[in-house]
Amino acid sequence: MRLSLGFLMLVTAVATAAACGGKPPAEQPTPVAADTTGDGARARARQDSIDAANRARAEADRLAREAADRAAADRAAAAARAGLTSDLASVIHFDFDKSDIMSGDMANLDRKAAILNANSNVQVRISGHADDRGSDEYNLALGNRRAAAAKRYLVSKGVADARIAIVSFGEERPVAMGADEASWAQNRRDEFEIVSGGDNLVAPR
Amino acid sequence: MKALAGVALLMGLAGPLAAQDSAGVRLGITYSAGTRPGLIILPGPGLDSVRAILQRDLDYSDRFEVVALPASEVPRGGGGSINYRLYRTLGASYGVEVTGAGASLLVRLHDLDAGSVRKEQRATLPPADSPEFRMAVHQLADEVVRWITGLPGIAATRFLYLVDKQLWRIDSDGANAVAMTRPNEALSPAWSPDGNRVAFTHWLNDGTGPLVIQGLQGGNRTTVAGTGSALNITPSFSPDGQWLAFARVDEGGTDIFKVNLAAGSAPQRLTAGRFADNLSPTYSPDGRRIAFVSTRAGAPQVYVMSADGTDQELLAPFDYGVTGSSNGPEWSPDGASLAFHRDVSRAPQVFVLDVNSRRVRQLSSSGRNEDPTWAPDGRHIAFVSDRSGRRQLWVIDMDTGRIRQLRTPGAVRLPSWSRRIGTAAP
Repeated sequence: MRLSLGFLMLVTAVATAAACGGKPPAEQPTPVAADTTGDGARARARQDSIDAANRARAEADRLAREAADRAAADRAAAAARAGLTSDLASVIHFDFDKSDIMSGDMANLDRKAAILNANSNVQVRISGHADDRGSDEYNLALGNRRAAAAKRYLVSKGVADARIAIVSFGEERPVAMGADEASWAQNRRDEFEIVSGGDNLVAPR
Repeated sequence: MKALAGVALLMGLAGPLAAQDSAGVRLGITYSAGTRPGLIILPGPGLDSVRAILQRDLDYSDRFEVVALPASEVPRGGGGSINYRLYRTLGASYGVEVTGAGASLLVRLHDLDAGSVRKEQRATLPPADSPEFRMAVHQLADEVVRWITGLPGIAATRFLYLVDKQLWRIDSDGANAVAMTRPNEALSPAWSPDGNRVAFTHWLNDGTGPLVIQGLQGGNRTTVAGTGSALNITPSFSPDGQWLAFARVDEGGTDIFKVNLAAGSAPQRLTAGRFADNLSPTYSPDGRRIAFVSTRAGAPQVYVMSADGTDQELLAPFDYGVTGSSNGPEWSPDGASLAFHRDVSRAPQVFVLDVNSRRVRQLSSSGRNEDPTWAPDGRHIAFVSDRSGRRQLWVIDMDTGRIRQLRTPGAVRLPSWSRRIGTAAP
């Protein structure tokens, strides 16, 4: 019986120990803690690297997408600016020995006025030109009158007088060399040059 | 001279004399045989280049029928008496004899009809290879013209003209072409009255251009006071050389100013056309009036004002809406006429206005003819014509209708004919 008491005590102790240190099955320690070494740990590391690669790829994709978006936006903005610049710089033409703005060029000048009014720091220079049929020296006066006519039109649309300079090149700078009406018509023109402030044009609203 | 004056009366005819400007041909419209005395350069030993220059100068004066001596008739040897009868037979009334040794010359004018020496002059010529040599011979030729007609010839003169906006000068006979600027540098050249300086627009190719004055060799270029900004064109010296009238092209339009060259003070504005351009001033030879071009009636036409800018009025009549643009006026040296060009069917033609009667007549009709400029004798006009295919300088004698081309390389424009250069050799 003595042994039996001792055995009983041991059993009790074990039972007690089991009752105290043990937890319900649902509360068993996680496998991670249990798998820090051996086959489980290696699988885990592989999974980690896959996840990291996926995350890096996603990040790269995101950056690339953003860069592409930015580039597209830049391109669009540059195109818009280039459009504004070319609208500002586009030439207008005149009838023989005339300096009146032709009705077909008024929309062109209206567009220029709107751009200039939306970009108040832009300065422009208008140069007037003539074909080579009139007198050489008179053509300098005629070119000047053509440049002045365009300036007057823009000022009437609200552009400050001081922002527009005019010069004349008469018949000295032809763009077409032929001795025919098509060439002469091209040479009877005003050219518009952005002198300053043209780098970041904004579109008129 | 009396006969020539009779021919000059024909100038008063109104309307175009289209037959006048057939290239290089003498036409009988205004020239009739007998109005120009025959003249022969007498042969002699040596001095061939002097005789050749004299013969061409006297021919270009258009006052003589220059007779060529047939080779078979060249007398043997020198020093003998002049065979007046032979030369009369050839149709000559005057004989020009040149003799001399080295640089020392004796020029003798023989009256072949009278059989006597009418005038003679000794002259010392610069070395034949110097630039002054030809001009000295030209001055002798002009003196011979004066001996016969009472008025000097026009050989001792020069032209200014532009090729590719490069300013050139050239002697009246087409020799000695000298570039006075680089290409693409000049517009609107004009002679000073003494022929020693030129004024022109210094084309800066940026829409501005001051007026500058420089010497014949291209040195000493100075900017005219008050022309340092904007574009300044069409300078014209007053006859006394004191003033320069010109047009300024700027924001306010194109208007005429004049500036006192000696004082260097600010230019005075002579026209104030807010809605019209005013340009191309040209002084009358008495300095009291300035003719100019204005668009005050629409198309450019020729007006006149007092030299102080007052009394502005139309000078060359035109039919509103019918007559073409008129440009490039230049007052004749005798003050009686004004040459300009006027568009006829959109091609410029040279016209001459009689200042007193206000009548105009058309001098040219073939091709484009523009920018006339007067010789000092008031009967020759040079102008630019494209009748030969490209723009070249042509000279017309209005009394005979004879016309000749000065061949120059390149397409010529905006010529200016000088007054007589210097004085005859001592």
